[in-house]
Amino acid sequence: MVTSPGPQTANWPDELARVRLHVVTGKGGTGKTTTAAALALCLATGGRRVLLVEVEGRQGIAQVFDRAPLPYVEEKIAAAPRGGEVWALAVDAEAALLEYLAMFYNLGFAGRTLRRMGAIEFATTLAPGLRDVLFTGKIKECVGRTDDKGRHRYDAVVVDAPPTGRIVKFLDVTKAMVDLAKVGPIRGQSEGVARLLHSGDTAVHLVTLLEEMPVRETLDAVDELNTADLRPGAVLVNRTYEPRLPAEQIASAASGRLDAAEIGSELGSVGLDVSATVVADLIAETVEHAARGDAALRARTQLDEANRPTLTLPELTDGVDVAGLYELAEALGEQGVR
Amino acid sequence: MTDQKPTGQKTTAGKSNGRQAAQQQPAAKTTGEKRLPPTVDIDALIDDPKTRVIVCCGSGGVGKTTTAAALGVRAAERGRRTMVLTIDPARRLAQSLGLRELGNQPRAVHADGFDPKGELSAMMLDMRRTFDDMVQAHAGPDRAEQILSNPFYKTISTSFSGTQEYMAMEKLGQLAATGKWDLIVVDTPPSRSALDFLDAPQRLSTVLDGRIIRLLSAPARAGGLGIRKIVGAGFGLFAKVISAIIGGQLLQDASTFVQAFDSMFGGFRERASQTYTLLRSPGTAFLVVAAPEPDALREASYFVERLETDQMPVAGLVVNRTHPVLAALPANKALSAADELDRASRPPLASAMLRLHADRVAVANREKRLLARFTKAHPSVAVVGVSALPADVHDLDGLREIALRLAGK
Repeated sequence: MVTSPGPQTANWPDELARVRLHVVTGKGGTGKTTTAAALALCLATGGRRVLLVEVEGRQGIAQVFDRAPLPYVEEKIAAAPRGGEVWALAVDAEAALLEYLAMFYNLGFAGRTLRRMGAIEFATTLAPGLRDVLFTGKIKECVGRTDDKGRHRYDAVVVDAPPTGRIVKFLDVTKAMVDLAKVGPIRGQSEGVARLLHSGDTAVHLVTLLEEMPVRETLDAVDELNTADLRPGAVLVNRTYEPRLPAEQIASAASGRLDAAEIGSELGSVGLDVSATVVADLIAETVEHAARGDAALRARTQLDEANRPTLTLPELTDGVDVAGLYELAEALGEQGVR
Repeated sequence: MTDQKPTGQKTTAGKSNGRQAAQQQPAAKTTGEKRLPPTVDIDALIDDPKTRVIVCCGSGGVGKTTTAAALGVRAAERGRRTMVLTIDPARRLAQSLGLRELGNQPRAVHADGFDPKGELSAMMLDMRRTFDDMVQAHAGPDRAEQILSNPFYKTISTSFSGTQEYMAMEKLGQLAATGKWDLIVVDTPPSRSALDFLDAPQRLSTVLDGRIIRLLSAPARAGGLGIRKIVGAGFGLFAKVISAIIGGQLLQDASTFVQAFDSMFGGFRERASQTYTLLRSPGTAFLVVAAPEPDALREASYFVERLETDQMPVAGLVVNRTHPVLAALPANKALSAADELDRASRPPLASAMLRLHADRVAVANREKRLLARFTKAHPSVAVVGVSALPADVHDLDGLREIALRLAGK
């Protein structure tokens, strides 16, 4: 599944290069958090400051960067190549609500007691969307924050967002909030959030694997985002690998047309004498490999229906560690992410 | 909650004990590994007439639904009257079980070439209807009408974060009570954490118990004694703010709802606690499902710890989509032979086969390392690996194949 290198701008067109809020979603298990982290590192490369935000309370960012759980404060979590910085923030609904209350209503000391009573958790779960309003409100604040010289605090914000099934609901909070908050600061704020999320400053990237179900969900999510007038960004295909077999042999190998005797004698020609069982087992491994490659090719073709710039992240044989994140970030950079 | 005797997790690590349906790992192809975890004996588990409920739990995207469906197919073919309760199956998997739409009633699974010794039924949970049914069963007809038409009820029955979990448990309780099936396999809702399945009902219960709603909707009166004293003036302000944020009308609806719900709340909570007891009973087995990935295994680890703390029976860990090595050939030998073939400019096939074998050895080693971490923390938890199929499963043959792998065949 080679992506033809082509002109780099085709993979990451100007409309994406202009984006300041990158929302990363995908089906569960496709590697959203890893991809969001790699994207943040890539965008920070060369001296920019990028904030990586998570909203699901899983402490996934801390895990991929191999750090202790993040408190509810923004802190620098990694240095990007050539002088960049990645900062991280794990948004917590209760903390965000307290912060919000303190900001608008000066409700200071009672907060802790209310929290202990469960009243805050209650309030944030009572109104569907209130949590999401708090999350997206916090994200907007981070995107818009400026320093005293009027420059943006962060050049870009990357969000490790909820999975595809919930993404439109998560981003499209205003519709839910219009019914709930008729007046007041939250109303005004959620309108501002909606403006940002529906603008060209925001793109929703979709992480997928080259497997049938994740691809199906990706295509559905693109439709849903378009319908909701949100902007699908790039499709990020995670865990891709080069098939070992020559392309023209994948289909025949997948259907099991491999000649054991011939393979045995090929191996023997370089002094590798193995039993018939080992040859048969090697063939079984090859058939599986080919079948997976074949399914991946079909998934790749189907993914074209999304009609979005498509980037690939290589499978890391040793799993994702911090070094692996840099490797993935570099791969994104080579494909034009800027 | 009745206190129950520990179910044996504290006995000798690695020894099989009844409920864990574990046995010592037979000498596997993988030589050199010394302390292997016990293997889950799936057939012993599903054949045991004492096993009445199997709960498949784990984080999202690890194949819980497929595992549950495969277990159902196998149990039915081995002669048990089996029910699979799924929450949110992928469309084609649902179709393979003959579930074309949400229906809150079980349906018998019929398919060409599927002629089980036992029976297989399946259903998809409709949480709104389950909730409606429950209200109708517990409140009088007038009350029920009042509750069902309340706007707040609509919110709580469809959007509240714990409702799906609660209703899954409720439905499980109902199905178990009918006595129509000897085995119910439950798939748990896709939540961000597997623990939600156990915790969410408690959250919903806290909301419905109404104390906080009453406080918020009428802070002047209802707080009365204890709480207002602690929170003091802050609470009044808080209630005002909450009401400004989520809207006074919603709070009003919530308050009316809670009053109407009050009469059935006792019954409601009792049901929940009965189901919880069912989960803790010896007839229930939890199968924790994971993929050979750090996140999924970490979730699995949390979940096992939690089950052990709550004295719930852990039948074992299912690790889906593993890539075990098939050919007994060391990777370095394969690679040097591949180099030699390339140097000799032989046709590329044999060399490619050797290299993909070496890749597979590397992947398998990584998966083994990840699993070893889990096993080290939970040496007594039996494990079964289900090797990856090359394509998604969406028919009975695929489910049978998964089931065979689950059973270690």
